[in-house]
Amino acid sequence: MFTSKKRGIFTALAAALALTASVASAEYPEKPISYVIPFGPGGESDITARHQQAFFKKKFGQDLVISYKPGGGGAVGWSQLNDMPGDGYNIMGINLPHIIVKPLQKDVGFKTDELALIYMFHYTPDAVVVSDDSPFKTLQDVIDHAKSNPGKITFSGSGKGTANHLAQVTFDKLAGVKTTYVAFKGTGASVTALLGNQVTGQWGYTSVGAKHADKVRLLAVAMEQRHPRFPDVPTFKELGFDIVSGAYRGIAVPNSTPENVREKLSSMIGQINADPAFKQKMENDGFALVDVDYKGMKAFMDEKRQAYVAAAKEAGVIK
Amino acid sequence: MNSLGYLLAALTPYHVALALGGVVAGTVVGSLPGLTATMAVAVLIPVTFSMEPASALILMGAIYTGAIYGGAYAAILLNTPGTPSAIATTFDGFPMAKRGDGDLAITLACIASVCGGLVGAVFLLSLAPPLANVALAFGPVEYFWLAILGLTLISALSQGNLLKGLIGACFGLLLSCIGVAEISADVRLTFGSQTLLGGIEVVSALIGLYCVPVLIDLVATPDRHLKVEEASRGFRLREALNISWRSKFNLARSSVIGTLVGILPGAGGSIAGLVAYSEARRSSKQQERFGGGAPEGVQATESANNATVGGGFIPTLVLGIPGTPPDAVILGALLIQGVRTGPNLFTEHGSIVYVFIWGLLLATVLMLPTGLLIGRYAYRSIVTVPKAMLVPTVAFMTLIGTYSIRNSVSDVVIMTILGVLGWVLGRFGFSASPIVLGLILGSIAEQGFVQGWIIGAAADNLWGQFFGRPISLGIFAFILLSLFSPLLLNRLRVKREFARAD
Repeated sequence: MFTSKKRGIFTALAAALALTASVASAEYPEKPISYVIPFGPGGESDITARHQQAFFKKKFGQDLVISYKPGGGGAVGWSQLNDMPGDGYNIMGINLPHIIVKPLQKDVGFKTDELALIYMFHYTPDAVVVSDDSPFKTLQDVIDHAKSNPGKITFSGSGKGTANHLAQVTFDKLAGVKTTYVAFKGTGASVTALLGNQVTGQWGYTSVGAKHADKVRLLAVAMEQRHPRFPDVPTFKELGFDIVSGAYRGIAVPNSTPENVREKLSSMIGQINADPAFKQKMENDGFALVDVDYKGMKAFMDEKRQAYVAAAKEAGVIK
Repeated sequence: MNSLGYLLAALTPYHVALALGGVVAGTVVGSLPGLTATMAVAVLIPVTFSMEPASALILMGAIYTGAIYGGAYAAILLNTPGTPSAIATTFDGFPMAKRGDGDLAITLACIASVCGGLVGAVFLLSLAPPLANVALAFGPVEYFWLAILGLTLISALSQGNLLKGLIGACFGLLLSCIGVAEISADVRLTFGSQTLLGGIEVVSALIGLYCVPVLIDLVATPDRHLKVEEASRGFRLREALNISWRSKFNLARSSVIGTLVGILPGAGGSIAGLVAYSEARRSSKQQERFGGGAPEGVQATESANNATVGGGFIPTLVLGIPGTPPDAVILGALLIQGVRTGPNLFTEHGSIVYVFIWGLLLATVLMLPTGLLIGRYAYRSIVTVPKAMLVPTVAFMTLIGTYSIRNSVSDVVIMTILGVLGWVLGRFGFSASPIVLGLILGSIAEQGFVQGWIIGAAADNLWGQFFGRPISLGIFAFILLSLFSPLLLNRLRVKREFARAD
């Protein structure tokens, strides 16, 4: 009994070793990798993954096969991630603040810490967007108007408890103003409301400015430095508000994935990020690259968690 | 390049082959319940990386338009909308097939789809930039009223038993609330189950509520699935063309409705079909025939839903705002290729846009012969295959189709439960359509109402927000008309009869 159990453990160990050895020795990846996006097709999570897809094939000779598992604002996909085989051929897109805020709201089938994050490759910085014919030329104009008309300024944005919403709450607090946030289903619908003058402005993203360059104006972007695509738009920091935020996107693997595969994948995604042509394409679409690899993930997540949780409490989306 | 040049560029053998292949593949995909136009287009994205933008657009547009038409097959022959756009096709298409006119219904659907597709594409070709503004004129309140207008259709759909129709619709509205709410991010009606977090997926609900009862009935009754005529009657093309010519106004009106609804980013082919259907019914002199196999019902829906293809491309290409879900995927593919949408696209990149639009027109025309042939094949196989094979095959397809929508086993479970529920409710005289209407329109109405309320409250003008905007008032007038016209008509008829009796 004892020996058989011992033998069992031994075989399992040997098998695990053999598996890791085979993964390490054969040129990984040796077959296409399945890349699940927990949102529907056509959104920014999809588009940025599609950007990676072309470069992945070129650099590593294998296809990234993108599929979608939408539902519950990403929760359906993330709650199933750890049930997938951890062989290095299953990866999933992850989004901040979603994976931090959602599990704190209710039991959504996964916990933030259960997700094995291996890389954050970009973010879409939050931005205050107004239409071209808006009377507001600067962020100060908005603040002045909001101060004398509390609650009258309406901002469209994508969803509640999202990057847009948390940025609005943080900004209102820092600037000492009261504005009204109107949640729409996704950035597309929120831009439509802006362009149709249904709302005063939008808490959107730099990517909105890139996509609708001829019809909208960015008043401020939530970045450390100005976005290369919009050299004339100030950052919130320059204007005295400490807001650096947006929708971060990265990649996670099932938590049964061996360490060496996680590191390998992490460095592969890093190599794509380092390609100047990739950077150029992403920045042209208004995205901003970040490089948080597997090793730096914990520190990054700890910092972001603090900021997002504080803002989410302020916004009343978590208790 | 002038327009002739663009036309010639669209007519190269390569583009013709893309259009033909796209339409055929799209028709087949659309005919399988669960495989939607959105998925078909998304699967193609990697293929389009290596193509010229115009060619990629032609291929994706052809698949899209084919898939919308293909949805009619399952709707007519199996009472199951292959895509949500074909919901209203089942209302009259399936009764037609039941009485042995399935072949005629399919040919009519093909002609109507081509008409609708052409009208939509011509609008796209000629009036895209000004029409794109329609997309922006529709705010939250307008969507709210539009959804309410759609809900008034329940009175028409539940002939004889309005109360049961309303109960069904309320059940559908409740179903639409399940899961993480789109706007408030509240988790509702999940009863602690993680399976329900993602909500009830519309297409899987459609498959369950429409298809499963048909399958159960097939097994439970000894009758043949559809009535078959002994002699082969070909396509019945002449007959169909005659009917189409007689209802040319219906086709034109439905196509225009389809184009306009297609432009609206918050409403898609399903709403276009439903609105066109109810308008066709309202303006018909023989309203009572609708729902019992009136060809006009099939024609209205099918022309309207194919018109949404061209209509949906209008805001997509002019504003960069996708008009329909497949448009969102196509827009993404264009972004990856580095093509920026916007008014400039039409002036500076005419070689992309106009070649594509001509290609879309070409694909629509090609849909006539291919659609007739594939339709003939689909009809034959459904009619002649013995029940013992038909039932397992269709059942298998519904399972696969439902799974493939979101790669989700829970959707399959929900589909099956809803299906059995739908069959039981059907025994008690509750039909599926009011439930589905509630499910689809519930979330649109809710979002529009909440957003409209928040915006109105911020401006201290709730009344003006809901009743002070011209488009809202227009839709509101239609709602009143739709609600009270049966009452008024009845009154008139009663009065006239009294007068005659005197």
